[in-house]
Amino acid sequence: MMNNQRSFFFNVDWLTVLIYLALCTIGWFNIRAAVFDEAHPDIIDLSTEYGKQFIFIVTALVLGSVVLLLESRFIAALAPAFYVVTVLLLLLVLVIGRNVGGNQAWIDLGGGFRLQPSEFAKFATCLLLARYLSSTNVKVTELKSFLIAGGIIFLPMLLIKLQPDDGSTLVFCSLIFVLYREGLSVYFLVFIGLVATLFVLALLYNVWFVVAGIVVAGLLLLLLFRRSRQFSVGVLIATVACVAFVFVVKPLYFDGLKKHQRARIDEVLGLNHDKRGVGYNQNQSKIAIGSGRVWGKGYLQGTQTKYSFVPAQSTDFIFCTVGEEWGFAGSVTVLGLYLFLLLRIIHIAERQRAPFSRIYGYGVASIIFCHVIINIAMAIGYMPVIGIPLPFISYGGSSLWSFTILLFILLKLDSNRMGMNYA
Amino acid sequence: MNNYFERRYVIAGIFIAFVLILLARLFYIQVVDDRYFLYAQNNVIRRLIQYPARGPILDRNGKIMVQNEPVYDIMVVPKQVKPFDTLEFCKLLDIDKDGFDKRMIKARKYSPYRSSVFEKQITAQQYASFMERLSEFPGFDAIQRPIRTYPDSTAAQFLGYIGEATDAIIKRSKGYYSPGDYVGITGVEKSYESVLRGQRGVRNMLYDSHNVPKGIYANGAYDTAAVAGERLISSLDTKIQKLGEKLMQNKVGSIVAIEPSTGEILCFVSSPTYDPNLLVGKQRGHNAGILYKDPYKPFFVRPIQAYYPPGSSFKPLSALIAMQEGIITPQTIYHCPGYYIAGNRRVKCFHGEVHGDVNLARAVAESCNGYFFMVFERLVNRMGGGRKTDTAFNYWRDNVAKFGLGHRLDLDLPAENRGNLPKAGYYDKVYGRNGWRSSTVISLGIGQGELLATPLQLANIEATIANHGFYYKPHLIKSIGNERVIRNEYTEKNYVGVDSQYFEPVINGMQAVVDHGTAHDSKIPGIIMCGKTGTAEVKNKKDNSVFVAFAPRDNPKIAIAVVVENSGQGATWAAPIASFIVEQYLRGSISKRPSGIYPEYYMNANLLPEVPGSPAEKARKRADSLRRVRQDSIKKAAADTAKKQSELKAAKNKQAGNTAQSSIAMLPKRRDDE
Repeated sequence: MMNNQRSFFFNVDWLTVLIYLALCTIGWFNIRAAVFDEAHPDIIDLSTEYGKQFIFIVTALVLGSVVLLLESRFIAALAPAFYVVTVLLLLLVLVIGRNVGGNQAWIDLGGGFRLQPSEFAKFATCLLLARYLSSTNVKVTELKSFLIAGGIIFLPMLLIKLQPDDGSTLVFCSLIFVLYREGLSVYFLVFIGLVATLFVLALLYNVWFVVAGIVVAGLLLLLLFRRSRQFSVGVLIATVACVAFVFVVKPLYFDGLKKHQRARIDEVLGLNHDKRGVGYNQNQSKIAIGSGRVWGKGYLQGTQTKYSFVPAQSTDFIFCTVGEEWGFAGSVTVLGLYLFLLLRIIHIAERQRAPFSRIYGYGVASIIFCHVIINIAMAIGYMPVIGIPLPFISYGGSSLWSFTILLFILLKLDSNRMGMNYA
Repeated sequence: MNNYFERRYVIAGIFIAFVLILLARLFYIQVVDDRYFLYAQNNVIRRLIQYPARGPILDRNGKIMVQNEPVYDIMVVPKQVKPFDTLEFCKLLDIDKDGFDKRMIKARKYSPYRSSVFEKQITAQQYASFMERLSEFPGFDAIQRPIRTYPDSTAAQFLGYIGEATDAIIKRSKGYYSPGDYVGITGVEKSYESVLRGQRGVRNMLYDSHNVPKGIYANGAYDTAAVAGERLISSLDTKIQKLGEKLMQNKVGSIVAIEPSTGEILCFVSSPTYDPNLLVGKQRGHNAGILYKDPYKPFFVRPIQAYYPPGSSFKPLSALIAMQEGIITPQTIYHCPGYYIAGNRRVKCFHGEVHGDVNLARAVAESCNGYFFMVFERLVNRMGGGRKTDTAFNYWRDNVAKFGLGHRLDLDLPAENRGNLPKAGYYDKVYGRNGWRSSTVISLGIGQGELLATPLQLANIEATIANHGFYYKPHLIKSIGNERVIRNEYTEKNYVGVDSQYFEPVINGMQAVVDHGTAHDSKIPGIIMCGKTGTAEVKNKKDNSVFVAFAPRDNPKIAIAVVVENSGQGATWAAPIASFIVEQYLRGSISKRPSGIYPEYYMNANLLPEVPGSPAEKARKRADSLRRVRQDSIKKAAADTAKKQSELKAAKNKQAGNTAQSSIAMLPKRRDDE
């Protein structure tokens, strides 16, 4: 028993915990800077966001510890239950949820605290996906398995889309990496990349130029890689499909998307600049980050931050504060920590004996990756404005807790990696 | 253990690639591109211009002529206004509820977050009671701003006025001024704008996204303090300036007095004048409108912009040039039969007087036209007349020009006029080449014809005579700033090309003018004044009364030119006025005159000529139609003309004792035509 305890303690991947703590700390300091008010400089003031965030971090640590103390086998066993509860919560939020900023995403808990079920949907989905894919006789390469796996991902996505929370919806797409790691054809990734690229090209350039480009690319592929008949046919079909897609992009864009969504995309693509209206936030965000230069303006010295030029400063646009007050050095540090964390998670996932743990690990990596990239890309104008938090850094209890649980479940699984196979 | 193990590298690669793309972009906007830093600065930093106090202007004795007086504007930030006792507030500012609402709407329209003017220029009392209760009116505040104030209400055209910079001024200033800035528009305010305005300061203030001020940027490291404008010491003497303005009230004309030893202008009266305080503050627009419509054009700076035929006051100059050129000597005798034969024309001497044998001094003293016709003809015909007339004429002209006629004297005021001193070429054009002779232009010899001079030029000639042959550039500003900088050009002597020995005979004549000549009524007991009357004819109107003089004869302290338009002879109006100014300046008071003239009579005389739209014209029309004369002030102008002769006689008889000693007890300044 004693021996077991000690080994558990040493088996926890403390490096990951350290990165986690570093990001939380960075988050707290930047939230403080974002909402800093010279009249109330107290460090712990529960009426302020950084005061609350302090509580959130402490409770997150408690939650993480609790997760580490759980029996590993319960985690896999309870995965379907988690999933069901989350889906129910997602349904509930559509009925009794509180609408904040156009998204009906929160359930009021009283006392100024509220719960965001979509945050918890992420790890619940990861768990169930891991549980399902690690079952015997399930192979993603098979259509049935693929459809079931897709369904597991799609159900919460749909419910979140109904809120409508585009950001969180998009996050679930990142689970494609998990499927890919488990054997999904590389063409799915290529397909997604191609769709995204063609979508942008078709909006930016004359349709006929894009079509010509596709045809030339197809011919080049055929000439350079003359492998088999099957390959040639595939390329041919792909080319035709691409051309067809290009023609439907514009109608799809104008009919399928809402006006505000189009405006945000236009802004990023440079089709239409409206620095006072739709583009205001992003423009101010870019100014904040860009004005930080190499070393930043110094802690609590960011004028864009202090004088509220960027809205949603402590949540979705928290990276502005990092960029403005810590400069490029801060950007490199934060992105470096994330990249380090992601690679570490992949490393952890790959060292698992149990497929469940590995698959779950990739789920964690995918979700964190998606959050980080979308959030920062949005802040620097590479992506339309989509409200999703920066993991561990953005203000918000639900987000911090769900990411903590997400990560610490992996750490728990990892600490038991030498044990039995749970699946 | 798993077929797809190598895919971890693909996934890790994708993660790394995306992070690198973001870092590259971040590197670009944070390190490479400087624009964002500037954008951020522009977002928060407002350069607030600190306006320096405009320099005051003092008279030669250190008396303030114009300075700044604080007025108070009530400012409001609509967003910060909370419910308060509006009624009390309105009472305090003396506005009604409607006016209050209108102002609030206007302020809100401008900006709910920014401070804007609620009520302009409240009185000091209103300000005091408002500040006492400021805490009751959240969102309101009072700020101080300076306006120009003129304690003596004097020298309006000299000082000029300031006003908001026009588009043209802003353009010319190449960005120095912006709309709403005040700049000198006329007078000294304009010509010394660059020293008066001082140096503007800048404060870099931080503002948040709602335009709420958030403090000083970088603790003021990039701020500059405003430097107050320089103090100007003018050459004017407020005392004689005010006396001059009083003497000239209800008259059209000018007084220019110069200190010959420096070129400093002591008195610069342009009549009719106005109270410069009218062009300041709330009523400015209204008052300016009235003044612009005034038919006597109070904004017209007569001492430098109006020009008149100098008339007989030109004669001393003629004599000087002739002596220098050796045409005459002081002893040259001319026999005046009461007329002069110029070519085949017979020109009458003034009023047909027969002067008999006159030498130079007598010719000056008795203003013998014939003598000066003779002098002029000899000068212009010295080369034999005929085809040489052109050359000789231009030679004469150049000599006259050296005295400052026909060109600007570069007075330190804007818009000086050059007068008129024709060249031979002008007459060639009019009469054809060789189509004219000395006799054709003979009236130039007595300061008439095409010859025109500004009062400033006339006074400058007197200063030159007083100095025996040179003048300092006349100027209105003695020195600039605390270091008392004097411009170099004002300390250089300008010689007029007549040797000093020729001046005495002329001055003798000029002394005789005052002692027992045309201006003997204006003789000042105990002070030797040398002068010359001029009575320049004006077509279809009464003559312009001109008098030029300097005094005392030895070591002259003041040279003066007085012009009273359309009033009559030089001796009647201009000479007495000049004598009062001279005496007041030299003695500090005005003594009893043997001739019995006293200042009040001249102050009260109304000599305003009829011009279209003038009260005099209106009064006459009304009087004509009613066929009777009313004793009200409006038509005093018409009545005065008839009365003044008899009054003058009565005054002489009375020699009232009350005019002695403290005779310049000033009457309240008011223009009767208002």
